Amino acid sequence: MAGNGKDGKVVANVVKAAVDRYGASQDELIPILNEVNREIGYLPGEALDEISSLLRVPKSHLFSVASFYRMLSTKPRGKHVIQFCESAPCHVAGGREVWIAVKDYLKIDEDQTTPDGKWTLLTTSCLGVCGVGPVMVIDDDIYGNVEPSQVPAILEKYH
Amino acid sequence: MKYYRSHVLVCVDPECLKKGAHDVMDAFQDELVAQGLIDEVQVLETSRIGGCDHGPELMVYPEGVHYTNLTPDDMPFLVEEHFLKGRIAQKFVTEEKAFTDEELSAPTAKEIRVVLRNCGKIDPENIEDYIAEDGYQALGKVLSENTPEQVIETVLNSGLKGRGGAGFPTGKKWEFCRASKDTPKYVICNADEGDPGAFMNRRVLEGDPHSVIEGMIIAAYAIGSNQGYIYCRAEYPIAVKTLRIAINQARSMGLLGKNILGSGFDFDLEVRMGAGAFVCGEETALMASIEGNRGEPRPRPPFPAVKGLFAKPSNINNVETYANIPQIILRGAEWYASMGTEKSKGTKTFALAGDVKHTGLIEIPFGLTLREIVYDVGGGIKDDKKFKAVQTGGPMGGCLPEAYLDLPVDYEAITKAGSIMGSGGLVIMDEDTCMVDIARFFMDFTQDESCGKCTPCRVGTRRILEILERICAGKGKPDDIETLEYLCAQIREDSLCGLGQGSPNPVVTTLKHFRDEYEAHIFEKRCPAKVCKALIRYEIIDGICTGCTVCARNCPVGAISGERRQTHVIDPDICVRCGICKQVCNFNAIVIN
Repeated sequence: MAGNGKDGKVVANVVKAAVDRYGASQDELIPILNEVNREIGYLPGEALDEISSLLRVPKSHLFSVASFYRMLSTKPRGKHVIQFCESAPCHVAGGREVWIAVKDYLKIDEDQTTPDGKWTLLTTSCLGVCGVGPVMVIDDDIYGNVEPSQVPAILEKYH
Repeated sequence: MKYYRSHVLVCVDPECLKKGAHDVMDAFQDELVAQGLIDEVQVLETSRIGGCDHGPELMVYPEGVHYTNLTPDDMPFLVEEHFLKGRIAQKFVTEEKAFTDEELSAPTAKEIRVVLRNCGKIDPENIEDYIAEDGYQALGKVLSENTPEQVIETVLNSGLKGRGGAGFPTGKKWEFCRASKDTPKYVICNADEGDPGAFMNRRVLEGDPHSVIEGMIIAAYAIGSNQGYIYCRAEYPIAVKTLRIAINQARSMGLLGKNILGSGFDFDLEVRMGAGAFVCGEETALMASIEGNRGEPRPRPPFPAVKGLFAKPSNINNVETYANIPQIILRGAEWYASMGTEKSKGTKTFALAGDVKHTGLIEIPFGLTLREIVYDVGGGIKDDKKFKAVQTGGPMGGCLPEAYLDLPVDYEAITKAGSIMGSGGLVIMDEDTCMVDIARFFMDFTQDESCGKCTPCRVGTRRILEILERICAGKGKPDDIETLEYLCAQIREDSLCGLGQGSPNPVVTTLKHFRDEYEAHIFEKRCPAKVCKALIRYEIIDGICTGCTVCARNCPVGAISGERRQTHVIDPDICVRCGICKQVCNFNAIVIN
């Protein structure tokens, strides 16, 4: 499936759309990378090639930027991405136990993807919903006040 | 503008959320749709209607009826009674008096709301709501009556200091930028609120975005800029969306763009999103990120006021700083300076988190003591446990023990105590918190978030983390404390940016105030708070254990043995210290040693 990303989207088209939307200049680079990453699920080398030629920015620079930011990934990610808050308020509120429960359930560690490609487990910095910690985000859904015992039921909602 | 006959405020404080406030709100809205009332009743999320003791709860205006103890199943009846038939549904009204309007804007007597005054009261996606609360009046006043110099003077006289953490006088910053000759100039809002536990800016951006926009336009007028950027972190998608809506509305009303309010002054704004890097909250790193580079800091000087974004003079302030500006212009510098302490004027928002009863946002004048914040505003420690420490200033801040509870909170006093004000996160910790574990935790964060540009921060934080991990694992060495102190001093002195220089702070302050805990871990191989797994043992007390076998059946690793009706025993070599046995024991027969 060369050239195709998440849901069969053609990489070149996604890049073109993002560049058209924001404009082909270097100071629009991060919005462009964000959008491509969101549409395809990660930033394949092919997308970076494409952006490099449209923006006239060396690929080395693109890679240095893409690898710097936590939300951009140069590796494929699973169908669903879990972002677990690892910040102090969630930690104090019992986050560690929930984190262990998630890892036990998925049988993977931080920054890993399950062999079936369904889940990628990431940690995130504070999401600003500390009042309801521990907090985790699955795709775009926020779960607060999570207890270890609730983890299987939450994850089983996703197919 | 849409007209509603009723406004309904739903409390979404953590306690109400726990009890299902969102389910009630969804059911309420579904019912409004079903009854064809959705265009007549406006539903807003807010905080602190009552005390959350009877949540989920909602408040209906203009009647001012306070409904409590609601469930989603109650909604059909409530909507039919109140909104169709126009009768108050008495069975959901409690005796407890709801807060009046006055109290609503300042939930406890010690709070004063300047920055948060509109949050939860107005619809953030409707500019007219903001205008109805005197919004954009300050802008009109400035453009028609004041010279840029007068604006700067007002801000100087108000005593407002940068709310992002460093506390540099805002008026001075504007003055420097105005004095720079180079053009164009940029106005930037730092909305990269990355400190764990701090979400004051998120609340303002999502609840009252126009106050920030208005503050930025006034700043632009004062320094002579025509283009601004709001750099918002990608972890706040709702804030980004709200800001974009607000900017479009302001533009369509002629409050942004060319010839604002017919004054001849041009200014426009753009939202830029980060992509997840804590260091981008540092101003030079933030500007590098807007330019499309890795968000790495650079040495200062030159300061942004001289050479900032795109190497042009730039003024960069925090969300809360800008949100204060319209009120200062409208109500006067003297009014603002009348609140607070001698050197720290005005109010400050804080996010209370951790082991405190009422978590959430507060806004108080400078000068309240930590004790007043924790006990009067925050309601005390959860489960009435003992206070142990408060962590101020985020990951670059420090932990202050009980002895500092009567410290009046302002920039000077907090700095003198060895911590920093930071952006306003306050993490309260109770007696069950291990301070070595907390220090390890913060170093794990800073080590992870170090951008890697300079060696002291990149390597130093990693070495500190390794030592702390070893100590927590029961493998501490006698000279570890000295090594830590040496490393902390080096990092503090030699790092490039403020984040690197501040990164050892959690270790420095815990070493200063909780040295005995480090010593217990290292020399006695003991964790006084019973947190560090390698240093604790679960044991079953003979005589209390009834031999019910519940613990043995629930142990995931089979570490517990014993005959029925006989005292059970935990094998420490097999036990993984998960604590399940202690949770399931009905007789409190299991203790941690």
